Formats: sequence, C-alpha cells, structure tokens
Amino acid sequence: MAVTGVVLAGFIVGHLLGNLQIFIGRDTFNGYAEGLKKLHVLLWGTRAALLVSVALHIWSTIQLAARRSSARPVAYQKYTAQTSSYASRTMYMSGPIVAAFIVYHLLHFTIGVGGTPYDAGDPYGNVVAGFKVIPVALAYVIAMGLLCLHLRHGLASFLQTLGVNHPAYTPKIKLAASLIAGLIFLGFSSIPVAVMAGVVS
Amino acid sequence: MKLDSKIPGGPIETAWDRTRFENKLVNPANKRKYEVIVVGSGLAGGSAAATLGELGYNVKCFCFQDSPRRAHSIAAQGGINAAKNYQNDGDSIYRLFYDTVKGGDFRAREYNVYRLAQNSVNIIDQAVAQGVPFAREYGGTLANRSFGGAQVSRTFYARGQTGQQLLLGAYQALERQIDAGRVKMFPRTEMLDLIVIDGKARGIVTRNMVTGAIETHIADAVILGTGGYGNVYYLSTNAKGSNCTAIWRAYKRGAAFGNPCFTQIHPTCIPVSGDYQSKLTLMSESLRNDGRIWVPLKKGDKRSPEQIPENERDYYLERRYPSFGNLVPRDVASRNAKAVCDEGRGVGETALGVYLDFGAAISRLGEDKIRERYGNLFEMYERITDENPYKVPMRIYPAIHYTMGGLWVDYNLQSTIPGLFVIGEANFSDHGANRLGASALMQGLSDGYFIIPYTLGNYLASAKIDKVSDSAPEVQAARAGIQDRTKQLLGINGKRTVDSFHRELGKIMWDECGMARTAPGLEKAISRIQSLRQEFWKDVKVLGKNEEINQSLEKAGRVADFFELGELMCRDALTRNESCGGHFREESQTPDGEAMRDDANFSHASAWEYKGDNQTPELHKEPLEFHYVHPSQRSYK
Amino acid sequence: MRLVFHIWRQATASAPGKMVRYESANMNPDMSMLEALDVLNEELITQGTEPVVFEHDCREGICGSCGFMINGIAHGPLARTTVCQLTLRHFKDGEELYLEPWRASAFPVLKDLMVDRASFDRIIAAGGYCSVPAGSPQDANALLIPKPEADRAMDAAACIGCGACVAACPNASASLFTGAKITHLGLMPQGQPEREIRALRMVRQMNGEGFGHCGNIGECEAVCPKGISIEVIARMNRDFAGASITERPKSGAAEDGA
Repeated sequence: MAVTGVVLAGFIVGHLLGNLQIFIGRDTFNGYAEGLKKLHVLLWGTRAALLVSVALHIWSTIQLAARRSSARPVAYQKYTAQTSSYASRTMYMSGPIVAAFIVYHLLHFTIGVGGTPYDAGDPYGNVVAGFKVIPVALAYVIAMGLLCLHLRHGLASFLQTLGVNHPAYTPKIKLAASLIAGLIFLGFSSIPVAVMAGVVS
Repeated sequence: MKLDSKIPGGPIETAWDRTRFENKLVNPANKRKYEVIVVGSGLAGGSAAATLGELGYNVKCFCFQDSPRRAHSIAAQGGINAAKNYQNDGDSIYRLFYDTVKGGDFRAREYNVYRLAQNSVNIIDQAVAQGVPFAREYGGTLANRSFGGAQVSRTFYARGQTGQQLLLGAYQALERQIDAGRVKMFPRTEMLDLIVIDGKARGIVTRNMVTGAIETHIADAVILGTGGYGNVYYLSTNAKGSNCTAIWRAYKRGAAFGNPCFTQIHPTCIPVSGDYQSKLTLMSESLRNDGRIWVPLKKGDKRSPEQIPENERDYYLERRYPSFGNLVPRDVASRNAKAVCDEGRGVGETALGVYLDFGAAISRLGEDKIRERYGNLFEMYERITDENPYKVPMRIYPAIHYTMGGLWVDYNLQSTIPGLFVIGEANFSDHGANRLGASALMQGLSDGYFIIPYTLGNYLASAKIDKVSDSAPEVQAARAGIQDRTKQLLGINGKRTVDSFHRELGKIMWDECGMARTAPGLEKAISRIQSLRQEFWKDVKVLGKNEEINQSLEKAGRVADFFELGELMCRDALTRNESCGGHFREESQTPDGEAMRDDANFSHASAWEYKGDNQTPELHKEPLEFHYVHPSQRSYK
Repeated sequence: MRLVFHIWRQATASAPGKMVRYESANMNPDMSMLEALDVLNEELITQGTEPVVFEHDCREGICGSCGFMINGIAHGPLARTTVCQLTLRHFKDGEELYLEPWRASAFPVLKDLMVDRASFDRIIAAGGYCSVPAGSPQDANALLIPKPEADRAMDAAACIGCGACVAACPNASASLFTGAKITHLGLMPQGQPEREIRALRMVRQMNGEGFGHCGNIGECEAVCPKGISIEVIARMNRDFAGASITERPKSGAAEDGA
C-alpha cells in the first residue's frame, strides 16, 4: 500500500510539473507532449509501472477493506473520532472517487472521448476546450481536492507504515505532507481556473 | 492438629541450602507424570505456574479474571526490596532480614524471613533477565529509592508501576508455558472448594464464570496463590474481585488459618468521599520520601492549608519520631493519623484526613524533579479529587491494604493439609504483624520462582499419592455441595442486595477490628456479624440463574465467606490481647500511646482449626523463637 | 445529579442485543463511572431487573479490566483515563450517555458491556516474552541499559491490555497493543535474541485473530489510557518487515535442540 502509494504520488508530482508548462505557452506544452510520445520505452515503461502500481494499490485496498469489515461486523451506534484527520478516515471513499476520476481523465485527454472537442495533435487546445465547459472544470477542481486529501494522509503516513517514526521528524513530515498536498492541489487546480478565467486560452 | 513448622534449625545462613540439598528430587522424565493445580495468577501463582511448567510438570492454572495479566499484584506501585547493596549504603541480606523481622514486630519466623532476604537478590536478576524495565541511572545501572521502615535505599522500581511490570514479567513467562503446552490456563474460572481425599489435597471444584458449569479438577498437589482478604472490610485498596473464598474453603477442609487478625492499614490513601464509594485508592508510600505529613495545631482549624502559617502546623511524625520522621513503618504512620484525627485535627470535609505536603520538596528540588518521580501518582490524585497536588497539599487517610494473616504454612509453604501449598499473600507469610513497604512483591515472587519449585518436588517425590478418579465419592460430594449452595443463594430471593450486606459487614469490621481494637468492641462485632450473616441467608436478593454470567451470584458466594472469616478475625483479635504491628489493642499501649507487645504471652503464631459450622474454632499456637534478632520494643524515634 | 443511560444489553454471546434506556437521579459528581453503574445496578436489582454486566477489578486504572464506549469514545471523554477513574464531574446534570461494549470480531461480546479479550493473551503467548526460565541469570547490573532507552521501553511496557485501541480504531486493529510489547522488549538488550521471531510470530498471531489492519489513523493513541504512541506501530512494522525479508525456511533439526 505504502510502496505503491509512493510510486503513484511520485508520478503525480512529475505530471504536475509537466502540466504547468501550459502557462509558458501553446508551443512549449505541445512540444513537451510530443516529446513524451517519442520516448516510447520510457513512456510505456512508466505507463506499465503505473498500471501495476494502481492495480496493486487497488488490490490491497480491497483486501484491507474486506479485513476491516470482517474485523468489526457490528458497527457502533455512536462513534466519535478523537484526533484523526478527516483525510485518514475517508481514504476508502477518496480512493475510489479519485480512481473514477482518473478513468474519466484518460478518456478525456488521452483517448479523446470526454465529450469536449479533441485534436490529438494539439493537447493545449484540448485542455482549453475541455475546461471552457464550466461543469467539467469544476469537476476537475473537486477531484483534485479529493486527490490531495488522499495524498495528504498517504504522504504523512507512508513512512510510518515502512517503520519510520521519530518524535523529532514525524511532526515535520506531517507538516511537509500537508504542504505538498496543498501545493499539488493549487498547481493542478490552477489550470482549469486559469482557463475559466481566460488567462490560458 | 499438630503444627510442625519444619524449621531446619542450625546456622540460619545455610538453612535453605541444606534444606534444598536434603529435599528429594523428581526425575525430569517423571515430572510430566504429575498434575499440579495452581489457583491464582498473580506474582505468586503466576510465577509458580510458569516455573513449574518450565520444570516439566503438567500445570493447570486458574484465575477468576479474564486474563492472568489482571491479577491484583498489578496494582502494586512503589517497588520491590532486594538486598543488592548497589548503593553501597550498608545493606546486606542480614540487614534486610533484620529489618523485616523487626518491622513485623517479632511475629514472623526468623528462618523464613532469612530465606526471603536471600531470594530477594535472585528476584531482581530474574526480573531483569525477563525484560522488566526497572528505573535506571544515566550510567545504565539500576536505580533505587528508599521506603518506609528502612534506612537504606534498597527498593527497585519501575515508575509507580512496579507491580504491573513484575506481574507482566511473570505473566509473559506463564504465556510462554501456555504456548508450549506445559500449562493449561483456565481464566474466568473461580475455585469454590478444595477436594481432600485420604487427608491429602487432591483437587478443586470450580465454577466457569461464563457458562456456570460446576467442574472438578484432580491433581497430585494444589497450590493456592489467591491473595489477601482485605475486602472483608468492603472498602480497601484491593481489587473488587479479590476474595477469601479459596483459602476459606481450604480452611473449612482442614487447613489451619494463621494470624487472621493481622491486617495492614496503609497510611497514604485518598480519603473516602461518599457512601457510594466502591474502593479506596492507594497513593504509593514512596510519596513519603519527599512529602511532609502535617495537620493544623489547633482543633477544628478550617482554614485552607496555604493560610495556615508554618508555626501553626504540626508535622507530627517528624516531631514524634525524629530519626525516621515521615518514613516510619506503615502501622505507626497509620495509627498516628488516626490519633490526630480523633483529636479533632483532621482536615478536609470529613475531617478524616491529613496533609501530605510537597511544598518544601518542590521548592528544594523543583516541580520537574517531583514530576519525574511521582508524576503519574499526582495525575491520578488530581483525576480522583480534582485538586492539583503541585499547588495544594494532598489529603490522605489510612485504608486497609494487605493481610499478613492467611493459611498457616510450614517452612516448605505446605499447609496443615498435605499436598496443599499456599504462597504469596494467601499464606500467613513472612511479614509477622506488619509488612514493610515493597516487601509483598518480594515475597510473592520468592515463593513462586524460588521456593515452591523445590518444596513441591520434595512432596511429590516422598508422598505416596494414589490414583483418584473423578467419580470418587469425595469428588462427587464436593461438587454436589457447591451445586446446592449455588441453588440456595439463587433461591432466597429476599429484599437486600449483596453489596448492601457487604457494606454493612465492612463497616462493622472497620469500626471494631480496624486500626484500634478493644475487647468489648470485638465481642460486639462477633455477635453483630453472626446476626447479619443469618439475615443474609434469609434476605439476600440474587437475580438470574447459574448458567450464565452472573456477577451478583459471584459476589454473593464471596460475601457469604467473608462473614465467616470476619468473625474469625475478630475472634483472633480478641484472643491476642497485646498490640503488635498492625494489630493495636487499646488495652495494651505505652503511656505515650505506642503499641505495647506482650512477648511473655503472645510470642506465637495463632493457627485456627475449623471445627464445624456454628462451632467455636480451636486455637493452636506455634511458638516463635528468636535466635538472631532479639525482640525489643520497636522504636523509630 | 441525574443521568440518562442508554446501555447495550445482550444476554449471551449469541443473543441479539439492543440499547436500553435507564435513568437515575442518585448520581454524584465525585463518583466514578463504574460507581455510577454500581448505583444504577443496585436500583435495578431492587426493581427485579438483572443488573448491567461490566468488567472491572482494580478500579485504579492499572488492571485493564474495565472499558466501554461512552458516547462513541473508548473510556469516555477524558484523555488518559480509564472508565474506573472517570468521574461524573466531567458530565452535565441530565446528560444522556450511550454505553456500548468494545466492538471487534476478535473481542466477541459475552454479555452486556463485557467482551472476551483472550485474543490479546494469545498474541502475547506467540512471542511477547524473553525466554529465560527461572534460575540463575547473571547479576542484574551486569547489563547496563541507558536511561533514555529504559524510559522508552517503560513507556511502551505501560500498556494495560484494556483493548481501547482496538475499540477506537476504525479498522479494529490491534497494532498498538502488539507494537507496544514488541517495542518494550525490542528496546532492551534482553529482548534482542528473540526480536525477529517475536515480531514474526506476534504479528501473524494478531492477523490470525481477525483484527483489522493499521491505517495510520491515530485514534488508538488518542484513547490509550497510558498514552502509548503509534511510534510503537512503526517499530513493529520495521521489525516485522526486516524479519520477513530475512526469514529462513524451517529446517527440521533446529527446533528441538535435543
């Protein structure tokens, strides 16, 4: 869970850095996309690694969810959380929603059947066209919110799962996780927001 | 009944070595042919069961709690004594022996106590090897603190949770044997009777507290490590479940009961606050190391403590006992607290309390140091009383804590019934008339780890033990007796709850057989207990049935036994017309109110023999001889 | 003081249970929660109703017997406090309290608020010890243990085995309990010889008992009456992962030694 989570989080950071090039201009962005496509081995290698990670991440989620429900077959009539974050308790909800979003995102911008105008040779144009539709743009922003909530708990706790917890560093790691998750949210959301605001057109 | 203490005699330093050598051994291959029952899983029972399992015996261990880890030894706070002399302050095995005999007011056997002091050293080694996290100095060596009744620092501790850590050590050793299949554990199972066949202890009758099943278990020997009976007072520092049933049933089957009136009243407990109160909470005696005990000089002084200036405070222990001060033994500290409260100088709403003040220690050492030493105790005090002891002095009052009395045993820890061994607080023990702080853990573990494994082997190797079947008439009769009694308790369907009877019994015991006792009071108590007991069997209300979890039924059986034991305690206290240790007869005191022993008439252990229901039990006396520590008036001045 | 109790009543392990409402005006702010139940039970018995079964023993917060959910919080609202030391002054006059047993399949309800925690004993039996038979170990001071290490071991060893961590965990995980013992022994030199096998056996036993997994949520440490930190879980994960990687296949001869 932790290992695959870290792989996926790493991808998200890379993906964000790539996407942010949209603010430099149409040619840079399209050139970056074109460049990626030419690196066949790297592209398909990454895609394969991601696919395997996603599959393992989901598989372990299913296993853990099954264990969770068999470990407490009778629910409490009343349950009051004490300190745990909203993010940590909702991993089982934010995960599947994010997964559904990824499917839509692939259909939308990689395959081109998202319901907005699509031109395989002009990713920049596709993004602008896609986010001109306000409900689509809003859906992206909301999905990013959930993704980052999910990331926040994941990043804060993967070291714990891997056996690292130290009173001097753990609070800082938690803070860093929140900051990174927040930056990722701002980064990704800035694109649909910029399109809607007409900054990117 | 003839009491044979089996004291080895000869030089005391080598007595235990000689005994161990003379003991017969059981061949390793034969050990697995013997079945041994251990009742109780505390420091004594748990360590005995684990050790006997390690040796290869087939052990069955019983406890009424849901897990052996919850035995009441867990609640011991302050520490465990050992004559390691790590502090280089003059300690030795001989000094620990001397302090314990003197602290017990010369009412214990010298040879037993000497062996206890010898074993104390091994206990610490054993516990450390098990991983017990004792407090350490920065250099990595073990830390020690001082404790009441001693002038050396010989107490090892794990914060305020020493009992917990030592018990978990024994519990873990026990679980290891359970895993290895050497010990079979029966939690939530209460012993209700002892099976005696041909004069030997051969098994027990138990009730499964989940299903209600009354079962019998046969063995070659039975070991009771079932703790003390302080709950006869209803309010005590004992756990709610602590009870006398196992030892009381053994008494009624022929085991003599030693010194039943020797009870210890612990000086540092949180005072009672209301009628609903279900138990008393102890604050470790180690608090007396840094806390100063005082009351106002004036009677009925209702000012809050910080408004009472230094010269209007009476630090009565420091005043009366300049050399020991606040570290006098428990019985002396308790009695003095009662005395100042009787004078009308008690503090708090009920005026049954004295101050334990850390103001001076905090200004000398700083709050942090005090927090490091006693933080968890201060926290506990604040939780219960809602007062912050860093700012306001604690209020404390004595409470029933420990029973030095118990089943009479010989040097081999065997009762007057062959094959019935009694260990830990359940026996009449090595503490005489008063136990020093941090010595209970020592005795429980000494009995369980280092004495019973030898003496049990000697019994099994030398006694002729016949095969017994579950259908033997004695087994059937014992089982039927328990079934009838259970039916009877459930059938009374009267008006009063078990707790209401228990509270009333406890009040009688505390008033007449508590910190101060008189002949007329004890006589009155005996007749009041008898009539209350009759009322109980006519009017107690126990709902539900046997074949289920029934906590009222469990309590009813225990309280029924407490009535009988309470009466015996009063009888013993009445017979012992002297003051010694925790037993204070008002008729026997010095002009300045100190306890006065009467060695000419009472230098003996009392052993009571059961003679039948509603018959007066017979008193036997085991004379005590002192060859090493010569009885003197205890003085802590 | 008056309180309204909604208490889970369940006659046996297999019987269905339900919440039942009781009310008592005989409460006192200085009482502990268990004393409040004592008073309620006395009233119930007098009325001919079977009293509420709950586990308890030492009533000073150390034996670990007591514990149930109060308004959805294990051991109730006061941090680092078991129900036996939780006084009613933390509640308001007339307040409604919901009392439920710990809920986990590894802690089956026996009756009312009493559950069976034998699974904890079996986890300890799987390896929560140092294998040193009583005898003649070396002198206690032959083993020097730095004070900070000993203190941290003690922090973990303070566990009372009450089960609140399992009860509060949304996944019903026993990782805090198991991690506490692995950490206590793992921090001390005495625990080193069996450190790997201990982690392997205890974690496998824990999983086999049907507890859930740890999701690093942290509810366990929030309700732990002894304030044990989830640092112990990280340590358990580390020891378990290390031992799993280096574990060798069983060879026939090794076990018996004879």
